[in-house]
Amino acid sequence: MSAAEPVGSEASWGGGSAPATPPPGGPRAPLDPPRARAPRPPPTLFMRARRRVFKALATRASAAGWAQIGPALTFLTVFFLVPLAMMFGASFMDRGTYGGIEWAFTLAHYQRFMDPLYLTILARTVAWSVGATLFCLLVGYPVAWALANAGRWKNVLVFFVIVPLWTSFLVRTFAMIFLMRDSGLINTALLAMGLIDEPLELLYTPGAVMAGLVYGFLPFMVLPIYTSLEKLDPTLLEAAEVLGARPAARFWRVIWPLSLPGVAAGSLLTFIPALGSYLTSDLLGGAKQMMIGNLVQNQFTTARNWPFGAAASFVVMSGVLVAVTLYLRMRDRAPGGGL
Amino acid sequence: MTGQRRLPAWVLAVTGLVYFFLHAPMLVLVLFSFNDSKFSTEWSGFTLHWYTRLLEREDILDALQRSLLVGGASTIVSTVLGTLLAMGLARHRLAARTVLEGLVYVPVVTPEIVCGISLLLLFVAMGIPLGTFTVILAHVAFNISYVTVVVRARLEGMDRSLEEAALILGADEWTTFWRVTVPQLWPGILSGALLAFTMSFDDFVITSLVSGPGTSTLPIVVYGMVRKNIEPSINAISTIVLVVTTVLIYVSDRLTRAPKPS
Repeated sequence: MSAAEPVGSEASWGGGSAPATPPPGGPRAPLDPPRARAPRPPPTLFMRARRRVFKALATRASAAGWAQIGPALTFLTVFFLVPLAMMFGASFMDRGTYGGIEWAFTLAHYQRFMDPLYLTILARTVAWSVGATLFCLLVGYPVAWALANAGRWKNVLVFFVIVPLWTSFLVRTFAMIFLMRDSGLINTALLAMGLIDEPLELLYTPGAVMAGLVYGFLPFMVLPIYTSLEKLDPTLLEAAEVLGARPAARFWRVIWPLSLPGVAAGSLLTFIPALGSYLTSDLLGGAKQMMIGNLVQNQFTTARNWPFGAAASFVVMSGVLVAVTLYLRMRDRAPGGGL
Repeated sequence: MTGQRRLPAWVLAVTGLVYFFLHAPMLVLVLFSFNDSKFSTEWSGFTLHWYTRLLEREDILDALQRSLLVGGASTIVSTVLGTLLAMGLARHRLAARTVLEGLVYVPVVTPEIVCGISLLLLFVAMGIPLGTFTVILAHVAFNISYVTVVVRARLEGMDRSLEEAALILGADEWTTFWRVTVPQLWPGILSGALLAFTMSFDDFVITSLVSGPGTSTLPIVVYGMVRKNIEPSINAISTIVLVVTTVLIYVSDRLTRAPKPS
């Protein structure tokens, strides 16, 4: 490595080719363009050489940057973007006679969603995802509030919101089955207490799926809201109190607006996995409570209609796109700024 | 908000209920993993039978081995790629930076089922036979972004003046990177790696789509057991998973909270 190397890399950190505000001192000083610009002298040979060196160093630094991101970028392109693009393409193709894909343009797979059967699945998926998100918001917000005000218990309490998030989703879904099945703990307990005569049908109902979704994704709602509430400046609340705001006004006019970035992030993080959920509806809902994720999986395995499955995937992706757009708008409008 | 305001009773009640709802199901599962009854809903004495039984099951041991292999390999690759990506994005002003940053979040917002199906399509189209290798590729694909997000958060909070000092004092870029940047960044890299490993080890949806016959990972075997729903061995596996996860998060949590080395 040459002696000039450090200077080049620093220049790139500082913000590329236009060092408008050069930091004082340091070895960079000789490379900075003259500050007083008013009467610009004709560039001397030295100045031109200097500029060339600077430009070369900047290019080199950006080459180092590209070298750093290159491998990951290539990987993500080949194994994420290309597959998504292929799937988008496949959703307009014909279904092959023995499964697979045939090259012929068609919109039939998207039109098929007008079929009441698929419209029901679509409506159910949206309703449950929105429902689960709203319910998580309703119960998650007070929890986040309690966490932000928990004092010295804060770290422990936050830890126990994170644990479920990292615990195998499959195992946690099984825990729900273990409680809700006919011979499960809830039914056994209720039977033992004599409250019911025969097991309640808890599993394979919309209620079971909804419980599973909330159970699965609630921490995603709590944590971002907690983060934005934690950043809230307590003096703002004191000011509101001193100025005579009642508790309701303090909440709706100070706390709530400032927590909107967290609410937006939490809602996005809850809504997206709910919209694409597969395991929850598969294990807790059974065949009767199919969501669109199950439809996608079904088309690629048993039904072997890949283009229709691809189209269903893109219906999911368009839902994700809508959610992300709403999130970005909400975040940008929030007075507190992004998370 | 560190003020010691009195919380309303209903807030405390909701919080208590939520914690109960989040943890009781898993605790019940753990409790019944020690229950000496095949029908697992009535308590009939303590046993470790379901744990020793796990060791007798070839399919579970085989799947565990594969899960560890897939988890290890995909963690190493995604941690290296993800860390480099984070550094490149944080430290260099690159053309089309917004697009690149957006790209990082694509895997985070793409539902698992969509990711799995599209990879399946790719592997079939390219004629790559499904198996352990395709599972590793898929896991790297969804893990890179998470590593990048975690490492970047650490990079952003890092004091850059130490690196500048090293450079000014004449260390070349390579030395600075290994002896100044990496030691500071290490907790971020490790917790990114832990996250990647956990996600890989737990993944069912994507793995089930891109793994071939006879290359099941642990979650796939567990899924089969859950479906058949026969014996409390699943409870035993679940307990092990819960304990290991909790320990890993605890370690990761300590790492990210560790004070910066001075």
